[in-house]
This record gives sequence, C-alpha cells and structure tokens, in this order.
Amino acid sequence: MEALRHTINAFATPTTIYLSSVALFAIAMWKMEIVVKPLVMIPVVIVTVLGTIFALTDDHFFKLVTLPDNIPITIMLATVGYFTWYALKKGVENDKRLSENRPLIEQEQDRRVMTWPNLVYIEFICLIAITVFLIFWSIGFQAPLEEPANPTVTPNPAKAPWYFLGLQEMLVYFDPWLAGVVFPGLIVVGLMALPYIDPNPKGNGYYSFKDRRLVIGYYLFGFLIQWVLLIVLGTFMRGPGWSFFGPFQEWDPHKVEALTNINLSELLWVKLLNIGLPKNILLREGVGIVVVLGYLVALPPLLAKTIFKKLYQELSFIRFQIMCFLFLAMLSLPIKMILRWTINLKYIVAIPEFFFNI
Amino acid sequence: MDIKEELKPPQDSVVVEDSYHMVTRRGFVSWLTVGWGAFAGATAIMGAAFQRFLFPNVLREPPQEFKIGFPNDFLEGVVDLRMQDKYGIWVVRGFDPATSQTGIYVLSVICTHLGCTPTWLESEAKFKCPCHGSGFYKTGINFEGPAPRPLERFRVVLAEDGQVQVDKGKKFQYEKGEWTQPEAFLKV
Ligand code: FES
Repeated sequence: MEALRHTINAFATPTTIYLSSVALFAIAMWKMEIVVKPLVMIPVVIVTVLGTIFALTDDHFFKLVTLPDNIPITIMLATVGYFTWYALKKGVENDKRLSENRPLIEQEQDRRVMTWPNLVYIEFICLIAITVFLIFWSIGFQAPLEEPANPTVTPNPAKAPWYFLGLQEMLVYFDPWLAGVVFPGLIVVGLMALPYIDPNPKGNGYYSFKDRRLVIGYYLFGFLIQWVLLIVLGTFMRGPGWSFFGPFQEWDPHKVEALTNINLSELLWVKLLNIGLPKNILLREGVGIVVVLGYLVALPPLLAKTIFKKLYQELSFIRFQIMCFLFLAMLSLPIKMILRWTINLKYIVAIPEFFFNI
Repeated sequence: MDIKEELKPPQDSVVVEDSYHMVTRRGFVSWLTVGWGAFAGATAIMGAAFQRFLFPNVLREPPQEFKIGFPNDFLEGVVDLRMQDKYGIWVVRGFDPATSQTGIYVLSVICTHLGCTPTWLESEAKFKCPCHGSGFYKTGINFEGPAPRPLERFRVVLAEDGQVQVDKGKKFQYEKGEWTQPEAFLKV
C-alpha cells in the first residue's frame, strides 16, 4: 500500500498528469465508438471506484476530499462524467444509424412536448428540490468561519472558491491582466459567440458525434481539460505556497521545488548569447514579440491548410479567423503551462516596465 | 386528453372589437414612456442612495511616516517581521547586492503579482506567496512564480534622534533602477 502511494506521488507531477489526461482525451476522441461501449465504461467505473476507495484510506487525502468545500467537486466529477458519456453514447449510436440509413433515435421516438406545462413544471419541481437540497446542505455542512479579515495575513494556501480554481491556476502562468481579465472575457464571449461562429446545422436537435468530431473535441477539451482538470489540480494538489503536492503527500509549507524562473529574453540574451540583456526594450523582447505575433497571425492560415481544413471550407473567412483566434487563445494556456513546468519559462514577452507580460 | 390538442386555439373564435378596451398606438407609447420614466427615476434614486456605500464609515489610515526603533534593534542578516501587522513592512538588515553595501532596507509586504501577503520561510530564506506561489529572495527580488517584478522598497532614513524612520509615501522600484537611490537604503 505504502509503496503504491509513493509511486503515485512520484508520478504525480503537473506535466505527467496533464499530458496523460490529454493523451486519454485524444484516444477517446479518436476511438469514441469503442470508448463509450458499456464493456469499456463499466471496467473504467469499477477501477475509478476502487481507486477512490483505496485513496480514501489515506488520511491526508480523506481529509481533503471530505472537506465541506470540496464535496461539490466529487459531485461535479460524477455528474460531468455521466452526462458526457451519455451524450457521446447517444451520438455514437446516431452515427451508426445514420450510416445504416436508419431513422435517428430522436425520430424514432418522437417525444416532443409543449414547453408549457411540461418543461416549466419540471423546472419548477427542480427548483423546489434544489432549494430543499441546499437547505439540508447548509444545515449539514458548516461554512468555514475564520478570523476577521486582516490585510497583512493571507491564509496559506489562499484558494478561490473551488469552481474558480481553474482561473487561479491560470494566474500562475499569466499576468493578471491576461489571466484575470482577457481570458475569462474570451471564455464568456467566446461561448456566447459559438452559435454564430458555427452555423453548421448538423447535430441540431439530435445527438451526433462523427459529423461534429472536431467541434465537440474543441469544446470538450476546453471544458474537461482546461476547466475541470485544473479545478481538480488546484484543489487537491496545490498546497501551501501554491506548491505542487502528490495526492498522498502531506502539505508541508517548507516544500522546496526548484522553480527559479527565466524569461525568454534572459534565456536568449544571457544564457544563449551570453551578452547580457540589451537596454532597448523592443530589442530585448523582440524575439518574444515575434513568437507571439507569429503564433496569432501565422498559425491560422497554417491551420486552415492542415487540421482545420474541413472547417475552413465550411466557415466564412471571418468566422474562421475568430474561431482560430479563440482556439489559439485556449491553446496558449497549456503551452505556457508546459513551458513553465519543463523549462521554467516565465514570460515570453516580459516588459514589467509597462505591466505587459505574456 | 392530449396536451397538444388542449392547447390549440378554438377554431371558431372571433375577434371582437371592444372600443373600451382598445389601446391606441399613441396611448400605448405614452404609457410606455411614463412607465420607463418611472423605472429610470426609481433606479436613479436607488443608485444615488448606493453612493453612500462607496464611502466607508471608519477609515483606518495608519501613519505613512513612522519610526521603527534604533538600527541596533535589528539583527544582522535577519528578516524582521514585527512590523508586518502594524505597518505592512518587512525590515531587513544585511548585505544588499543592489548597492553592494550593508545596512537596512524596508520591503513592502504586498506581492507584486496580485497583492497577497507572502510568508517568510526562514529555512528556505525566501518569501513565498500563498496565492500563486511567487517567491522572493530576502532582497525582494522575485525568482519564482508569476510575480512580474520585485517587491517594492520604502524610503528609509535616520531621524534626528537616531531612530530609523520609514516613509511609506515614497517607494522605490527595482525595475526602474530606483534601489540605488540614496534613501532606498540605510547604510549602517
Ligand atoms: S498574489 Fe502573490 S503570487 Fe499571485
């Protein structure tokens, strides 16, 4: 048991967790017909449950998971998992029906009803049920009351509400104006804009997967990996001093990690060329600026020729550009995260003189 | 009965002209104007009432300039946390690479990333921020985590009575090359 825990702790670094999740995600996207089969899913669920039971035997993990603040995360994981699987399974089945020229599930059993009263009643009942649930919840779990706020004392670790921990994790890699303003804004505006960017009627009103594989993958990546996974990482594996801990590792505020950061400009001018940082800011950050601009400007045409080829043909020019921009903005987070974890890269463009760091 | 059936409008309903209940276009628009006007007025009054909340009832403004004791109250090489709660400063006495001199300098306790208060870890000799993990050396230089620039230093001078006097009204920023200015550092 102990040995297993140690192995898991040793394996659990941000890079391994993140990359293996992305790999699993990619496999699922690629072989969805197989992945959603009960024959695959039931063992996965069993292993997950057994793994959780094993993990709960650990004191530290048990305390963490049963914290009133953290119980909603478990609920979220279960529901997100179930509903994602449900939708994808239906989508896969519809794909099969389409290819065999059979009517879709939705056509076969036409269960359309009126909004009023059917939907509104259900919503009303849900409202009551949730209210009751919340009342019992608030009786059962006490809100953690702490000392009066003191501006010179920050609790360690200081964590946002759990559903914002993905955002807080983002702040580790980007400047506040990016991670706190631009990216959340892009997420909200981007999600609102999606129906206008993507006018493809396929999948409207019925489950589907194959026809919309790229777009579904695009969305699920943002939600499952960039949001849900980061919440889990932020809650369970970030401890005092925002250091990274394995799931069974005691939170030691004195944990030392070799994290000395380096900016791209320092990497280039000091480490590589060995001539010290130039005085001129533009010259100093030139490479970083070129990299960032290249990423945002040169990549979209390239994507149009390669992985987004079909999308490029389907969408109008402006739509495609917006889509690409949102995609690249989303992807910039994992890129930056991995650069930080592996080579401790701090900022690609670092101009602290003007609060401009990317 | 089937719900869809039930909800269908009766086939033979006739539209009855009822001049008493008729609303003219002009009447409708003027009622609308009155309604929206009242709504806007009420909102404006509410908004004005809320202005009061922008101004706190109690304003705790600690003095910006204060004496913190004699230079010898501070031990060589020690990060002094005693003034953290009261004044929001850390006092360090020791060698300062920025000026290559030994003396006293005063650091702000506000993380330059988003403003949390880092904790001093004696055994690791660094300030570590609990919010996103920025780390600062004893000198205030940032070296890990997202903080874009070093901690700020405050003006520190020797008062007439020989005490160390700190002025939080004047700050010195490393990235602007201000740490080498005379009052950013007190030579002892
Ligand atoms: S506030 Fe200190 S690291 Fe973000």
